[in-house]
Amino acid sequence: MKLRIATALAALAIAAAPLAAPAGAQELKIGFVYVSPIGSAGWTYQHELARQHLEKTFAGKVKTTYVESVPEGADAERVIRRLAQEGNKLVFTTSFGYMDPTIKVAQAFPNAIFEHATGYKTAKNAGNYIIRFEEGRYLAGIVAGKMSKSGKAGYVAAFPIPEVIRGINAFILGMRSVNPNATVSVVWVSSWYDPGKEREAAEALIAQGADVIMQHTDSTAPVQAAEAKGVYAIGYHSDMSKFGPKAHLVASTHNWTGYYQSVVEKVMKGQWKAEQYVGGIKEGMVVMAGWGPMVPDDVKKLVAEKEAAMKAGKLAPFQGPVKAQDGKEVVKAGAVMSAKDIANMSFYVQGVVGALPKK
Amino acid sequence: MRLRLEARTETARWLVVATPLLAAALTLASGIVMFAALGYDPAKALTSFFIKPIENVYGLTELAVKATPLLLCALGLAVGFRGGVWNIGAEGQLTMGAVAAGGLALAFHGEEPGWLMPAMVLAGALGGAAWAAIPAFLRARFNTNEILTSLMLTYVAVQFLGYLVHGPWRNPQGFNFPQSRDFGEAAIIPLLMEGTRLHLGVILAGLAVFAAWLLLDRSHLGFQIRVSGSAPRAAAYAGYPVSRIVWAGFLAGGAMAGLAGMMEAAGPIGKLQPLISPGYGFAAIIVAFLGRLNAFGILLASLLVALLYLGGETAQIDLKVPPAVTGVFQGLLLFFLLGSDFLTRYRVKLVRRAAAS
Repeated sequence: MKLRIATALAALAIAAAPLAAPAGAQELKIGFVYVSPIGSAGWTYQHELARQHLEKTFAGKVKTTYVESVPEGADAERVIRRLAQEGNKLVFTTSFGYMDPTIKVAQAFPNAIFEHATGYKTAKNAGNYIIRFEEGRYLAGIVAGKMSKSGKAGYVAAFPIPEVIRGINAFILGMRSVNPNATVSVVWVSSWYDPGKEREAAEALIAQGADVIMQHTDSTAPVQAAEAKGVYAIGYHSDMSKFGPKAHLVASTHNWTGYYQSVVEKVMKGQWKAEQYVGGIKEGMVVMAGWGPMVPDDVKKLVAEKEAAMKAGKLAPFQGPVKAQDGKEVVKAGAVMSAKDIANMSFYVQGVVGALPKK
Repeated sequence: MRLRLEARTETARWLVVATPLLAAALTLASGIVMFAALGYDPAKALTSFFIKPIENVYGLTELAVKATPLLLCALGLAVGFRGGVWNIGAEGQLTMGAVAAGGLALAFHGEEPGWLMPAMVLAGALGGAAWAAIPAFLRARFNTNEILTSLMLTYVAVQFLGYLVHGPWRNPQGFNFPQSRDFGEAAIIPLLMEGTRLHLGVILAGLAVFAAWLLLDRSHLGFQIRVSGSAPRAAAYAGYPVSRIVWAGFLAGGAMAGLAGMMEAAGPIGKLQPLISPGYGFAAIIVAFLGRLNAFGILLASLLVALLYLGGETAQIDLKVPPAVTGVFQGLLLFFLLGSDFLTRYRVKLVRRAAAS
């Protein structure tokens, strides 16, 4: 009996679903799921800029909706499903923790298309995309190496996962390419967004002699801490120069607009296919922006040269010789680290002070 | 002239019925004003808050799924709160319940024995209770302030889960991302309805309402708890041991929160990851008081708070109402409800200031 009721209810649920189908048929409805508040800088803010770009570029042809501050737990699936139910034919889910919910909802809505950022799973109607963040890190490292007097950088980091570790490694490789004795110290704050902790971490690093602060967290607190203490900082995700006009050397920013535009164009033409997309400097997804007035032209010129080399495929952050902290050569001279090894990176290269948190 | 609060010796029956209605009316009125002032169509905003999320069967099932962890945590907390035992750490106990049950699920991954699910239920309850036993022991033995110890242990529990999913329990095929393997088939709570997320745990939560009612209102222990909470000295005269009340409050709270954690991990999430609960353990404190520490009241309160969460999402999707406005609206509703509850127990009197004072 109970089973029969359940089946009947299920049938009702399915019957009820088309009620929510879209009224305006022509325009493409696009949904965005954000993990944090939009704010005025940071990870989500960059995705929001790209959403606004879509509204402008495809005015009248698309209708976008976003949901911010969606936790990465059980709630994500409901939000993604509701967006699909509301007739969004394209849904961007912009945080790693949305991966499994995205795939699940994609299976329930075979006629909608899903794009998930930073994950590794795909389905027939679900692709994913990520930025080679490490390219911006390497270039930021060059700027830090040129501008630092002490040769010591401080790094405020979220969690010891490969994405963060390869950022640290790429940074110090870039820094050492112009100052072979440079070092970087890392403080883990165990959060992607915690202005209080980020600020404390930056202050601790400055107290230890770091005169350039780099961050892999979301808030502008590290830049503000550097400004207050009179040292340099490098922004991340967004141009953070207005939060530290005297500290902000440059920011390694992420630009999703081109990718989102190309996805929308493909969907409109019916040419979209699920793929795992990776973009960097060459694709315009990493942009060095917000140069401070204290950075001399020759440094900017050097960075521009390296950028051009990356675009031409002549320079990669993890290009040999790369030595691990213990001196073991992990990439031979002339070779480049494989994408898989970069994705799984869980060791420090030479120049990083201290040990990686133990598993 | 000044205002004075007087405890009512008796609460009129009509007042008990009228105050929640008054609170609802005040919330609606202030909601209309707030939405209109911010430029949203109030009728649309209220519809998308209260009607849209549950206008179809799928929405109703989601409401039940969302209310379940709130309900379980709040029922457990009520046992302690009635006895004056202030367990603020349900969030941590929930996390440890998920860890204990998830540990079992991962240990038998691939074997999938039939007894795994009942064992995980037990492990979830025991894990939460064990974590709650620490502040219980400290309070019963050393009279340590349990508000602080239970709250602080929450952060320890969350970091411990983080350590496990970043380290030893990390999915070996997961590209070093901080997640465990997906639980096997035997470690996932069976669904009640295909195509939804309504799981068997919802029924268990319903049974827990009756169990909590029996314990709180129909048992001798429940009576002792109540007396200890409302009249500690009378309880002392009657010879009710304080430590017993403390242990009962914490173990019930911990076990229920642990169960909630187990159900989240083995239900909609299906694995262990750094975030299991977006603050259910804390929201449950509000739910418990909103339900007036009564089992059936808590059932209603958990549904209401869950609806507010879902409503916040739909209001964002439909009308671009920012989450901060949702937060204010939720706060208003809780404020009016708790405020009116206060007025049923106290009366406000204007008194003329005496010359001497």
